[in-house]
Amino acid sequence: MDYALMQRVFPFFLEAAWITIVLSVLTAILGLTCAMLGTAARLSRFRMLRFIGATYVSVFRGTPALIQLFILYFGGPQIGIQLDAFEAGVIGLGVNVGAYMTETMRGAIISVDKGQGEAARTLGMSKWQAMRNVILPQAMRLMIRPLGVNLNTLIKSTALVAAISVVELTYTAQRYIGSTYKPFEMFLIAGLLYMIIIYVVGLAVTWADRKARLN
Amino acid sequence: MNAQKPFIDIRHAKKSFGTLEVLKDINLQVDRGQIVAIIGPSGSGKSTLLRAINDLDPLSGGEIWLEDKQINMDLPHRQYERHINEVRQEIGMVFQHFNLFPHLKVRENVTLAPKMLKGLSDAEANALAEEQLTKVGMIERIDYYPSQLSGGQKQRVAIARALAMKPKVMLFDEATSALDPELVEEVNLVMKQLAEEHMTMIIVTHEMGFAESVCDRVLFMDQGVVVEEGPPEVIFRNPKSERTQNFLRKHLAGNQA
Ligand SMILES: Nc1ncnc2c1ncn2[C@@H]1O[C@H](COP(=O)(O)OP(=O)(O)OP(=O)(O)O)[C@@H](O)[C@H]1O
Ligand SMILES: [Mg+2]
Repeated sequence: MDYALMQRVFPFFLEAAWITIVLSVLTAILGLTCAMLGTAARLSRFRMLRFIGATYVSVFRGTPALIQLFILYFGGPQIGIQLDAFEAGVIGLGVNVGAYMTETMRGAIISVDKGQGEAARTLGMSKWQAMRNVILPQAMRLMIRPLGVNLNTLIKSTALVAAISVVELTYTAQRYIGSTYKPFEMFLIAGLLYMIIIYVVGLAVTWADRKARLN
Repeated sequence: MNAQKPFIDIRHAKKSFGTLEVLKDINLQVDRGQIVAIIGPSGSGKSTLLRAINDLDPLSGGEIWLEDKQINMDLPHRQYERHINEVRQEIGMVFQHFNLFPHLKVRENVTLAPKMLKGLSDAEANALAEEQLTKVGMIERIDYYPSQLSGGQKQRVAIARALAMKPKVMLFDEATSALDPELVEEVNLVMKQLAEEHMTMIIVTHEMGFAESVCDRVLFMDQGVVVEEGPPEVIFRNPKSERTQNFLRKHLAGNQA
């Protein structure tokens, strides 16, 4: 192994890791937003909204994220959507992970005991008051861990945007391989940095989960 | 006094789940302060009837009135929601499995709805919670979480939570069925106390002894119809219907086994 080379390129990988982190954070925010809307739609009393929610989930979970990115980035201009690679990456991955998170949130909400909502309604609360004060606080605790799993998947799938040439970790590794012909070293650095990001996020999720369970 | 309408008036109540007819033309009138027990075999529709009263399981046909207000009115969705939320504030319900809010302490379980729905201040709501919890003997546990309570204690808190809304009627759906035998009595005592205060109550129960000692009237339901109703001494000692006799005989045998 060429340690000297690894040391030389490491600062550039750190910069790329920063891009991966920014990309992950923005994607997670967009994903959570989509998921809240998706969950509201899926649990709506309007059949049309339920249908839209279910279609969103099955389309975005039923096709490869890479194809979704390609359609958005390469196909977009054909229908008048001009995005730079980073924007396309955030939007493509965010909407994609939102579909998975929708199912996570919905699953947590519907697994809160039915008696909870009934007790709240019996006291005279409206559907929304019962949701807001009784069901959601309990569902939140149930969804932290599975949302953490979604987040983990999301961080790893940011590697896909290398395919539309966003200069994040994976793309950077590929670029240095082009000039150094050392794929083993380059991918090793990239993998290590992914691992650190994911480890830290995992710790945060575990911490949040434990904190939610304590009270 | 002029001829009064019944306090609760259930007329021709019908309910189907799909093709299954669970309630077939049920009529029930309850006067203010009256205590009615509903007994009957599993699946006879007791819970469904009780849940229809506050519209958790809306009827397929018939009418339910509380004083001069029809509960199951035909209204556009938004108006209906507003109407039913108001009605439900007047009807307390106690469930077999307590359904306390596990993320809230005992105090907040009791204060949540009054604060939200009646605009009580924190101080007012606290005083109310303390009053109701004292009544059910749970004041010492006011800062506990439900998970730290026994079943009997949970049920007493659930009763306090319902009472805090100052309901006109209390509905009990097998309030003691999920309890260990030695915890049943503490809940029964609270219910007896409510009876002494002339709370109007409809009690679905499998405890014939309790029904006999507390209730003014007993309804025997089977397969979605009221087979027989009358004062407890008649229903339990001298039932006319063969179905009632059979049920009570089996029930007694089951309890002694
Ligand atoms: N939500 C529902 N969907 C379909 N069927 C239902 C539903 N709720 C109740 N039923 C059916 O309606 C019938 C009456 O049920 P109900 O719960 O009212 O009986 P019950 O007299 O309270 O019995 P138990 O003593 O076991 O509580 C049963 O056959 C039950 O399976
Ligand atoms: Mg029942």
